Order: sequence, then C-alpha cells, then structure tokens
Amino acid sequence: MMKKKKGKIAQVPSWLWMCLSLLAAMALWILIATSEAGGVIFAEPWEVVQTAVDKIRDGTLWGHVGISLFRVLTGFCIGFILSIPIAILMGWYTPFRKIVEPWIQFVRNIPPLAYIPLVITGAGVGEKAKVIVIFIASFLVMVVTIYQGVCNVDTTLIKAAKVLGAGSKDIFFQIVIPASTPFILVGARLGLSASLTTLIAAELTGASKGLGMMIQKAQGYYDMSTVLLGIIIIGVIGLVMEKFIRFLERRLTGWQETTGAQ
Amino acid sequence: MAGNNRRTVIKIDNVNKKYQTRKGEVLALSNVNMEIKENEFICVVGPSGCGKSTLLNMIAGLLEPTEGHIYVNDKEVEGTGPERGVVFQQYALFPWLTVLKNVEYAPKLQGLRGKALEEEAMKYLKMVELEQFASSYPKELSGGMKQRVAIARAYAAKPQVLLMDEPFGALDAQTRTQLQSELIETWEKEQKTCFFITHDVEEAIILATKVVIMSARPGRIKEIVDVDIPYPRTQETKMSPRFLEIKNHIWSEVYKEYLEVRK
Ligand SMILES: Nc1ncnc2c1ncn2[C@@H]1O[C@H](COP(=O)(O)OP(=O)(O)OP(=O)(O)O)[C@@H](O)[C@H]1O
Ligand SMILES: [Mg+2]
Repeated sequence: MMKKKKGKIAQVPSWLWMCLSLLAAMALWILIATSEAGGVIFAEPWEVVQTAVDKIRDGTLWGHVGISLFRVLTGFCIGFILSIPIAILMGWYTPFRKIVEPWIQFVRNIPPLAYIPLVITGAGVGEKAKVIVIFIASFLVMVVTIYQGVCNVDTTLIKAAKVLGAGSKDIFFQIVIPASTPFILVGARLGLSASLTTLIAAELTGASKGLGMMIQKAQGYYDMSTVLLGIIIIGVIGLVMEKFIRFLERRLTGWQETTGAQ
Repeated sequence: MAGNNRRTVIKIDNVNKKYQTRKGEVLALSNVNMEIKENEFICVVGPSGCGKSTLLNMIAGLLEPTEGHIYVNDKEVEGTGPERGVVFQQYALFPWLTVLKNVEYAPKLQGLRGKALEEEAMKYLKMVELEQFASSYPKELSGGMKQRVAIARAYAAKPQVLLMDEPFGALDAQTRTQLQSELIETWEKEQKTCFFITHDVEEAIILATKVVIMSARPGRIKEIVDVDIPYPRTQETKMSPRFLEIKNHIWSEVYKEYLEVRK
C-alpha cells in the first residue's frame, strides 16, 4: 500500500507539481484577502490582475519595469565585469589582497541604504546614483565569492599544467578561469539577488519611475493592489534571473564531481 | 641491458632543502647525492615525511633546492621542462576537459592541431586501453582509470623522464597490480627513465632496477639496492627466493627508519 502510493507520487510530473503549488498559493492568498484582518493588507487576486491590465493599457507598467530592469542589469553587469579581474588579482597578488580585502570586508557589512545619501550627493538624484548603489552592492558580494573560488583552485592542477608545459598565460586562461567558473556563477547568482534587493533602496533616492518607486507611491495612496503587483513582478524577475543562471551552471559546470556549486 | 656505461640523465649534487615554517626552519633533505642513468627505473621508499615528494618536486622544477644543484642532461634545473613529466597521486586531471582533451593538453601546447593532435592523443589513450572513454569526463571514471589517463597525459608530452609520486597509492590492490604490469610494459617499450615514489616495498621491487631507501627526517639517502631480478616480473616473482631476500632486507631497513620517526 505504502509502496504503491510512493510510486504514484514519483510519477506526478514536475510541471503538475508547479501548477498545484501555484493553485495552493492562490487559494491561500484568497483566503487571507477575504479574512477580516488580512483584507486590510491583501488585495484579492482579481484586483491585482485588474490593476495590471489597467497599467499595461495606459502604458505605465512597462515604463516602471523597463527602468528597474535597466538599473538592475546595468549595475550588476558593471559589478560582474569588474569583480572578476579584481577577485583574481586578489587571489594571485598578495600585496593587492592585503590592501584591498579589509576595505571590502568593511564595506560589505554596511547596508546599501546607509551610503545612499553619500552617493546622491556625489552623483545627483538621476540614474547614475541608482546604478552606482546597485553596482556597489552586487560587486561586493561577487568579488568575495569569486575571490574564494580563485583561492580554492587546486594547486595540483596548476602544477600539473606547468609540468605539461603551460606558461602563466595558459595557466590563467586554461586553469584558473575554468576552475573558478562554479564560483563565478554562484557569485553571479548572489550578485543578481543583491542587485534586486538593493533596487528598492536605490529607487528611494527620489525616482520618478521604477518598480520600487511604484510600490512606494502606491503605499501612500493605500493602493494595495499596486503594491502587490510590484512585489509579484519583482519576484518573477528574480525567479527568471535565477533560472537563467542555473541554466548556465548546468551548461558550464556539469563536469564537477559533486552536483551544484559549493 | 647495458651495464654502467649508460648516460646520466639526472644528477643530484649535494642537495639540501629547508622549509621556512611558523615554528622555524625545517630541514627536509640533507646532503642528497644521486645519479640516475638513462632508462633506469628508480623506486624511492622511506618513512612518511622523509622528503620523497620534496625531492621529486625539485627534480620536476616545482621547488628549488636550498643548497646544491640538480642537473638534467647536464643542464641545471630551472623550473619545469618538457623533458620531465609528472604523475601525481591525486591524478590531477582537469575535470572540465574530456579524457581526450586532457591527453591532448601537452601536444596542443607543443603546437599540434586538428587531426594530428587527436591521433596523437588517441595513440596514448590506446596505450592505456581507454580509447572508448575518450569523450567521458574524469568524474565518470574510476580511480584506476583516472590514473591511467594521467599516465597517458604525461606520456603524450613525450618526456624523457617520468616522475611519479605514489601514483597507485589510492588504488585497491588488484588495480594496483594491474597498473604496475602495464607501467613496466610501457617502460620497456618506450625506453623512459622513471623516478617512482612508493610506500609499498613489494611494489618498489617489482618495478625498479634500483630501490633508493631514504632515512627519517632530515631525509638522506641511506642505501641504494640493485634489484637484479630480470624482467618481465610477474606475480610469481614475488615468491622467488631472491625477491624475498631483497624484500626482507629493504623492509628491515625501512622499519628501522619508521622506529626512528616514532621516537
Ligand atoms: N610546504 C612546506 N612547508 C613546510 N614544511 C614542509 C612543506 N612541505 C613539506 N614539508 C616538510 O618537509 C618534510 C618532507 O615532506 P615530504 O612531503 O617531502 O615528505 P614525503 O617523504 O613525501 O612524505 P609522505 O610519504 O608522507 O608523502 C616533512 O617533514 C614536511 O613536514
Ligand atoms: Mg609525499
């Protein structure tokens, strides 16, 4: 009896589980929204859908989503591109590490909200400030993770390459980079998530557009369905980004002994 | 086989090696002198920590002697070189490359490309009987297969000297025996000079033309034993009186050093 049941559960395809999970979430949502206490905070699903439709019709939603994505991706990409060489330099050149690592450890523990005023004073309230804040947050996470990867490159692999005739350049591109790829991808995942988290904070710096700002403003009007819409869209963006990195991980690091990086 | 008039390939001349540690200086090797001739198969035995790996790494050019000199083909060792190949205990295959690409690594650095490159690598994969695993990744192989790939990869670089640091240390007895006979076979065919570290006295005698016994720290060369048993050596060789005699002798010498370490 038990065995049969287990077999059946294993037979359910994963997309069906996904649907069930979504349905259950919907049911829970409706339950909360229709309850007395929950109704104050939670708009009902159809209200949120209505808001989405309205905002798509009047064209404002894409504006918010587009500018937020632009900020996240720009900040993240700059962070990513800079973090790789800096992490590798830290791993390979001790004086550089000794000087730079304490800075990174120090700034890393400061929430981005704290240095926003500083960035605004320096870069104004425009796009630059927001991109800079997202860049700082994602860069720090990535540099630390990738640096760990570079330090963990198996020294026997480097020795093996050397005795097979590899020069420093070969070792760098053919050993250090591929050996650190799992960490680079983990770094990218953490960096993207840090970027998204910082987005709202960055958009507090006086944005006229953006998902964070949309949520912020809607709260002022007590427009809970817009708040929920914004939150859901941010969640979906996060999920899509995560899936993309997971896809890259499968393609690029399938050679690892243990599945999953770290 | 020719007698003593063979050419000297490796000359170790009064080598000392000190390591700087937090607790001060450690003398790992003291006054090591040795000459290794062409096509000799040298096995090094000695207690753990006596400096066997240190010596191998210095010959490979991965470490420098603190004092003294090491010459390969009458030229002082400066870093790694194409005439010296190394097989590591931990296999050290590049996990992101397929078996074939691993074996292609050195010939590719030497400038081979395309069909010629693949044929060259396949030749060495066939030598270790792994041609059907050419497109596998290292993680898909057993320990013994990995070490075979590592040997093929080292051979593909066409070194004159093969340095091996306990290459079969992590393998089970059966795989070990098999790889030993394969190694001897290729050694006889390819005419290479081998420097092989092991903990296993039987393994040393089955493989070596000469067994080097090292003393406990600081490592010195205690004795060099000629193994005058003709090849091919098989499992039966291990029962022969001469084998047992040599084994007893080496074992008692090594055991003395173990006791020395424990003191
Ligand atoms: N990088 C290092 N720094 C400091 N001391 C070292 C270093 N490498 C080795 N030693 C010391 O030098 C000595 C010789 O080490 P080595 O690894 O050559 O020994 P070994 O004979 O290969 O031992 P084993 O049989 O266990 O592999 C040891 O006492 C070790 O503690
Ligand atoms: Mg060793």
